[in-house]
Amino acid sequence: MSRLKVTIDGNNAAAHIAHKTNEVIAIYPITPSSDMGEWADHWSAEGKKNIWDTIPTVIEMQSEGGAAGALHGALQSGSLATTFTASQGLLLMIPNMYKISGELTPTVFHIAARSLASQALSIFGDHSDVMSTRQTGWAQISSNNPQEVMDLALIAQAATLESRVPFLHFFDGFRTSHEVRKIEQLSDDDIRAMINDEHVFEHRRRALTPDNPVLRGSAQNPDVYFQGRETVNTFYLQTPKIVQNAMDRFAKLVGRQYKLFEYFGSPEAERIIVLMGSGSDTAEETVEYLQNQNEDVGIVKVRLFRPFSIEHFMDAIPKTVKSIAVLDRTKEPGSIGEPLYQDVVTAFTEALDGDDAKFKSLPTIIGGRYGLSSKEFTPAMVKAVFDELKKSRPKNHFTVGIIDDVTKTSLEFDPEFDIEPEETIRAMFFGLGADGTVGANKNSIKIIGEETDNYAQGYFVYDSKKSGSMTTSHLRFGKKPIKSTYLISKANFIACHQEVFLEKLDMLKYAVKGATFLVNTHHPQDKVWDTLPRQVQEEIIEKNIKLYVIDGYKVARETGMGGRVNTIMQTCFFAISGVLPKDEAIAKIKDAIKKTYGSKGDEVVQMNFNAVDKAVENLHEVEIPDKVTSTIEKPPVVPENAPDYVKDFTARIIEGRGDTLPVSKMPIDGTFPTATARWEKRNIATEVPVWDPDVCIQCGKCVIACPHATIRQKVYDPKHLEGAPETFKSTDYRGREFPDMKYTLQVAVEDCTGCVLCVEVCPAKNKKETRLKAINMQPQYPLREQERENWDFFLKIPEIDRRQVKIDTIKGSQFLEPLFEFSGACAGCGETPYVKLVSQLYGDRMLVANATGCSSIYGGNLPTTPWTKNKDGLGPTWSNSLFEDNAEFGLGMRLSIDKNQEFARELLETLRSDIGDELVDAILNNEQKDEADIYEQRQKVEDLKKKLEKIDKPKAKQLLNIANYLVKKSVWIMGGDGWAYDIGYGGLDHVLASGKNVNILILDTEVYSNTGGQMSKSTPRAAVAKFAASGKPLPKKDLGLIAMTYRDVYVAKIAMGSNDVHTVKAIIEAEKFDGPSVIIAYSHCIAHGINMAKGMDNQKAAVDSGHWPLYRYNPDNRKEGKKALSVDSKPPKIPFEKFAYMETRFKMLTKSHPEAAKKLIKLAQEDVEYGYHLIEKMADILDGKKNGQNGNQ
Amino acid sequence: MDLTTKYLGLTLKNPIVPSASPLANEIANIKKMEDAGAAAVVLESLFEEQIRHESKELDHYLQFGAESFAEAITYFPQASDYRIGPEEYLEHISMAKEAVDIPIIASLNGVTVGGWIDYSRKMEQAGADALELNIYYIPTSPKLSGVEVENLYLDILKAVKAAVKIPVAMKLSPFFSSLSHFTRRLDENNVDGLVLFNRFYQPDIDLDELEVIPNVILSTPQAMRLPLRWIAILYGRIKADLAGTSGIHTAADVIKMLMVGANVTMMCSALLRNGIPHISTVLNGLQAWMEENEYDSVNLMQGSMSQKNVSDPSSFERANYQKALQSYRPNV
Repeated sequence: MSRLKVTIDGNNAAAHIAHKTNEVIAIYPITPSSDMGEWADHWSAEGKKNIWDTIPTVIEMQSEGGAAGALHGALQSGSLATTFTASQGLLLMIPNMYKISGELTPTVFHIAARSLASQALSIFGDHSDVMSTRQTGWAQISSNNPQEVMDLALIAQAATLESRVPFLHFFDGFRTSHEVRKIEQLSDDDIRAMINDEHVFEHRRRALTPDNPVLRGSAQNPDVYFQGRETVNTFYLQTPKIVQNAMDRFAKLVGRQYKLFEYFGSPEAERIIVLMGSGSDTAEETVEYLQNQNEDVGIVKVRLFRPFSIEHFMDAIPKTVKSIAVLDRTKEPGSIGEPLYQDVVTAFTEALDGDDAKFKSLPTIIGGRYGLSSKEFTPAMVKAVFDELKKSRPKNHFTVGIIDDVTKTSLEFDPEFDIEPEETIRAMFFGLGADGTVGANKNSIKIIGEETDNYAQGYFVYDSKKSGSMTTSHLRFGKKPIKSTYLISKANFIACHQEVFLEKLDMLKYAVKGATFLVNTHHPQDKVWDTLPRQVQEEIIEKNIKLYVIDGYKVARETGMGGRVNTIMQTCFFAISGVLPKDEAIAKIKDAIKKTYGSKGDEVVQMNFNAVDKAVENLHEVEIPDKVTSTIEKPPVVPENAPDYVKDFTARIIEGRGDTLPVSKMPIDGTFPTATARWEKRNIATEVPVWDPDVCIQCGKCVIACPHATIRQKVYDPKHLEGAPETFKSTDYRGREFPDMKYTLQVAVEDCTGCVLCVEVCPAKNKKETRLKAINMQPQYPLREQERENWDFFLKIPEIDRRQVKIDTIKGSQFLEPLFEFSGACAGCGETPYVKLVSQLYGDRMLVANATGCSSIYGGNLPTTPWTKNKDGLGPTWSNSLFEDNAEFGLGMRLSIDKNQEFARELLETLRSDIGDELVDAILNNEQKDEADIYEQRQKVEDLKKKLEKIDKPKAKQLLNIANYLVKKSVWIMGGDGWAYDIGYGGLDHVLASGKNVNILILDTEVYSNTGGQMSKSTPRAAVAKFAASGKPLPKKDLGLIAMTYRDVYVAKIAMGSNDVHTVKAIIEAEKFDGPSVIIAYSHCIAHGINMAKGMDNQKAAVDSGHWPLYRYNPDNRKEGKKALSVDSKPPKIPFEKFAYMETRFKMLTKSHPEAAKKLIKLAQEDVEYGYHLIEKMADILDGKKNGQNGNQ
Repeated sequence: MDLTTKYLGLTLKNPIVPSASPLANEIANIKKMEDAGAAAVVLESLFEEQIRHESKELDHYLQFGAESFAEAITYFPQASDYRIGPEEYLEHISMAKEAVDIPIIASLNGVTVGGWIDYSRKMEQAGADALELNIYYIPTSPKLSGVEVENLYLDILKAVKAAVKIPVAMKLSPFFSSLSHFTRRLDENNVDGLVLFNRFYQPDIDLDELEVIPNVILSTPQAMRLPLRWIAILYGRIKADLAGTSGIHTAADVIKMLMVGANVTMMCSALLRNGIPHISTVLNGLQAWMEENEYDSVNLMQGSMSQKNVSDPSSFERANYQKALQSYRPNV
C-alpha cells in the first residue's frame, strides 16, 4: 500500500497519532512540546476526527499539573486521553503519573524531552526530564527521528491499551521535535489495524460510573499497602512482549521492523555503544562508516527503556562484545552512574547467572554523558567513544562533546572528522528572523521532500534574542536516507541573506571545496568583490567557491515585500542548486506560495509571485578574481575596554564559540556577574533616533518609553562639557529646579533596536516642518562612529544626585540611571519600559524574583544580561526559580531579608555599648522613607561596619556579616500573565494574603507571549489566541478586583501609554506600601499583531475604551480616612471595537470567523462597561465607608 | 400619480435613491430604506485599496515576529481560511438582493485595471442590478495632463463595460477642465449613467497635534447648486442617465433636481442626519407638491427646467454669475 509522503517535524508526527487515537487532550504550553498541543487544537478546531469518527476535545489547562489531573479524571471516566509536555511540565505531572500507573490506566503521554532547570534553565533537548520519571511505573519508549515518532507513537498506543501500563513516548526536544523530515504518514487504516477496539472497550468498562459504582483511590494502611503495590508485577512482566508483538504486527503492516533493543553493526563486534534517542541515528551512521573502515563495532538502540527487559537486551548483544560504552543524555550528580548505564550493568550482572548465560564474565562497561541541552552529538564524538573502548582501561563516567578541564571526564574528539556522504547535498542559510528565511526554507524542504524522490531534512537554529535575532537553517537532501542528527559543518551551498553577516560571521568556514555561496547584497555584481571582507575573499579563492549575488533588498522593495527577502532567496537557491529543473522549481515555489499565503488573499500571493519572477532576473554569478583585494577586517566581538570576564567568556558565546568554553570557565553554581549587555554592541537598528535640542521640551517621555534604555537624559554642570566630542549635543536645561545647568538627550545607537517608540511618544513638533519632532529617525550606519564616541562621553558625565530629583514626576524619574538596559526583548516591547522604570526607582536596593517567561528570557538568557549596576557597584540582583513558584520565591526573599534585618537590629541593641548610642539610634530610627534617608542610612551603615571591624566580639562579626540588611531592600516579584493568572496564581494568592512587603509587577500581555501566543485567563473575550482560534468566548479574569478582596493589599492597574505619570505614581505608592502590592501593567506585545512602533497608542486606546481602567487601591489611604480606591481613567470614551480592531488578535476573527466576531465583540463591549461600572461603584462604596456609613476597619 | 422614473435601464418606482453610505452596510437598514420608499439603494463602495491593504496587513502581522525565536515560532493559531477581499461585500449584495425587491446598485472604488474588471464581474455575479464606478482620484502629479486624466477614466469605463452586462454608471467629480466634452466622451463609450457629483472628503488640520486629519462634513443644501447647474447643462446633450447627488435634503431639492433633468436624486447626508424614515418625508413632500401643482408624473417635470428647456439658457452660464453678483446687496 502506498502511503502519503509528508515532510513534517517530530511534534507534528506525534500529534498526528495522538489526535487520531484519543478523545480528550488536556495540555499546557511548554517548549519544545507546545506545537503538539497546538496541532491537536488546530485539527479539532478544523473538525478533524479520530479513527472512531469523533472530534477529540482539546482543553488548555492552567499548568501541567492541572493537565495531568484533568487527564487522570478523563482516563478514570473511560476516555482515551493524552497530553504533550516536557521538562518542568513533566515534573509537575509526576504525582498524577504515580496514580495513573498505580491504577493500571492505559494512556500515552508524548514528551519532547528537554533539560531540567538546575544551575540554569534550558529549553533544549536531553533526557533529564524523562529520566526523572523512570520510577513512576510508566513504560518509556524512545523514538530517534520523526518517522519513528509517528511509528512508535502508534505502537505505544496499541501496547498501552493491551498492557494497561501507561506509556511515556519520548523523543529529543528540538533535534527530533523540530527537525523537519520527509516521512511516510500512517493512514487511518494503519492506525485502525494496530488498535484493538476490544482493548478500548475494556478500558471503558473499567470507567468510574454510577451505573456500576466502585471505589478507586482508597487510603491503605501498613497491613495491605505493600501487597497492593506488588499486584501490578505481572502487568510489567508482560509489557515488553506486548510491545515487541505490537512492533512485529506493525512491521507486517507497514514494513518497518522495530525491536525493544535494536542492534546495528558488525555481528562480531567487540566494541559497542548502548544509547537511546536521536543520537542513535548519528551513531548508526558512524558505525556504518567505521565498518567500512574494517572496524568491528556496533550499537544497541534502546527503544523500550521501561520496563527494562534483560532478556531482550541480552538477545541484542553480540556474543563477541568485549567492551561497552553506555551513553546517557542526562546527569545525575552523586550517583554511581546515569540511569541507562546502571541498568546495563545490572542487566549484565543478572544475565551472568545460569549455565546458558551468553556471557560468563562481565565485559568492560563504561558510562558516559553526552548531548545535554542539545549539545551537538556528532560522528566525531561517536568515534571518540569507540576509540576509548579500544583502551585497556577506558575512562568510566566520561563526558563527550565538552572540554572538562576540572574533573577531566571529557574524551577528546577530532572536530574535523567528517563522514557525511558526498552525494547528500548540504545547504546552510544565514538569515534574520524578520526576513522570513526559516519559513522559506521550511517550504523548500517540503518541495524537495514531496516533489522529488530525494530524502530531505531541515533543522533550524534560532538565537536567544527576540529582536534582531539571527537564524541558521540546515538543509540536507539526497538519494540516500539521512541519519545525520547533528548540524551541518561542511556545506555545498551557503546562503547569506543579510549582508551585515559578512563582517560578523565566518560563514565560509562551513564551505566545502567548490561550494556555492549566495549573497544578498545591495552592491552591484561588478562592485561586490571589493566590498567583501578580506577573510571572505581569501576563503572564496582558497576553496574555489562559486559566488552568486542578488540585490534581494531592492527586489523586495520593488515587489512590496518590505524586509522579507525569503521568497527571493528561496528562488535563487532553487535556480542555482539545480535540485529541480528551473521552470519546474519555480512552478513548485509558486504552488507553495499559494498554499502558504492563499488564505490571506490574492494580493499577498501575487506579491510573492512577483518576487519569484524578479529574483530570477536579478540573480548574477560573480567572476572571482585571483587575488585578495580587501582590507576590511572583522570588528572585535566586544569593545577593547570590556572587562576581562566579558572578553574571555561572554564574547566567545556572542561570536558563536560557546561550545569551546571548558568547564573551568563556567560558574559552579549558575551565578553570573550583571552589567554585561552593555558590551554586546549588536548594531541591529538600521535607523536610530537623533535629537534636535532646539525642538525638544525636555519632558522625558521618550526616555521613559524606550524599551531598551538606549535613549537617556542627563542634567549636569556645564563644566562637564569639557573635552566633549565635536558632535556632542548639549543645551540649557529648561526647568527651574536646576538653574544654569546643561541638558543632553543621548542615544546609544549601537544598542538601539530602531523601534521608533520614542519618536511616536515625542510630543514636540518642529514648527517649521511639522513632520519632524524633537527626535527623528535617521540611518544608523553613518552615525555609528560619531555617536559611539558621544555615548561614551555621555556616560562619563556624572549621574545626578538621587536626593535632588523629584522621582514622582516623569522628568525627575527619568534622570535616574536605568539599571536595566539593552535587553534582548522585541523591538518596541511593552513590558520592558516598566521593568526599566522600576530599576531606575529602586534598582540600587532591589531583589528581583522573575517568573519564567519573556522577562526571564530577555532578563537572564546568556550570553549577556540587561540587569546592571551603578558606579558604586549597587544594582538589582536577579533570579529565576520556576514558572509556577515565582510569588513564593519572592516571598522567601522577603522573609530572609526581614529575618536578617531583625537579627541585625537585635545585634545592634546587643552591641549598643560597643557601637555607641548615637549611631545605633540613628540607624534604628531612620525610617528610610525617601532617597535622602536611604543615603543617610547607607552612610551610617558604612560607619557601623568600620566600627564593627574594630570590635573583637563574635556578635560584632555576626553583625558585620549582615549589616547591609539595615539598608532597606525592595523585593520585586515580576512575571507575565501566564504566571500570575494561571500557573502561579495559587502562590500569588497566598503571597497576597501573607501581609509581607513584596511588590508584584505583572507584565500583562494578555497571552502567553514567550511560548508563542497561547490563551491565558487574562486573554480578553473576542481575542484570538492559540487554543482560542475562534475567539476567546469568556471574559478575562479581573485579578485586580480579586486582589482587593484582601483589603490590605495595594492594587494598581497601569498603562504607561495612557498615563505615564499615573504609572510612576502607582509604582512609588506600591513600593512605599508596607505590605503586598500588586501592579498590573498593560503591556502591548508582538503577540497582539500590532505595529509595535505605535504600541503606546494601543495602550491609550485600551484605556480609552474602558478595557483597561486605570486605578489605584491604597489601603494606607483607607487608614488615613482618604479615598482608598481611586479610579484614574475617565469612563470609556471610544467603543471597545475601536481599540480591538487596531490589533490583529481581534481583527483576524472578523476574517476567520466573522459571525463569532460580531457576537463576541458585542459581549466584549458589555464586559468593559460592566468592568468600568463595577470599579467605579466600588470606589464609591469604599468612599462611603470612609464616611462611616458602613463602618470602617 | 406616476412617480416612476428610468435610471440605468431600470424602472424605478420613484426618483429617490439613497446614495453610497455606511447606512447600507446593514441589511436591516436596506430593508428600512425600502420600507421608507427608496426606489433603489446604492451600496457603500468596495475599496480595492482597502482589500489589498487588509490582505497585506493580515499577512504582515500574522507572520511578524514568527520564525525568529525558538520558543515562539509563531504567535497566532493557524486558520485555514480568511475572508479577505470582496467575499463579504459580494455576500452582502446577495443578502441585500434577497432581503428587498428594489434594485441594488453596487459601488466600486478600484485602484488597478485588474481590480476594476475582476470586482465588477464578481459584483455582477453576486446579483447587483447595476454598478456605480466611484473614481476617487486626485491628480497630484504636475506631469499629468487633463487629457491623460480623462483617459484614465475612459480606460476604466471601457474595461468594466467590456467585462459586465449590467448597466454601469460613473460617479464624477466636477473638477474637469471641460466637463461637457468629457461627459460626451464617456457617453460615446456607452456609460449608462453619470452621478454628479462626488464629494471628495477634504482633509482638515488638527491645531493641537499639528496633524492632517480626515474630517467628514455632511453636505448642506448649498452643495446642490453645482450638480443642479451641470445636470441642467447636460440634460438632452448626452444619452446617459443623470443622477443628482450632494446636498439633496428636501422634497423641494428633489423637485428642482428632477426639473433640471435628473433621472434620480440621491441622498446621503440627509439620511445620516435625519434617519432613514426621512425618505418617506421627502417622498410625501414630493407627492404633495406634485398634487398641489398638478403634475401627474415625474416624467413631466424631468428636464423641464434644463438649460435646453428654460426660456433663458444663459442663466446657467456666466451671465447668471454676473446677475447673481449684481443682485447681491452687501448688508452695510
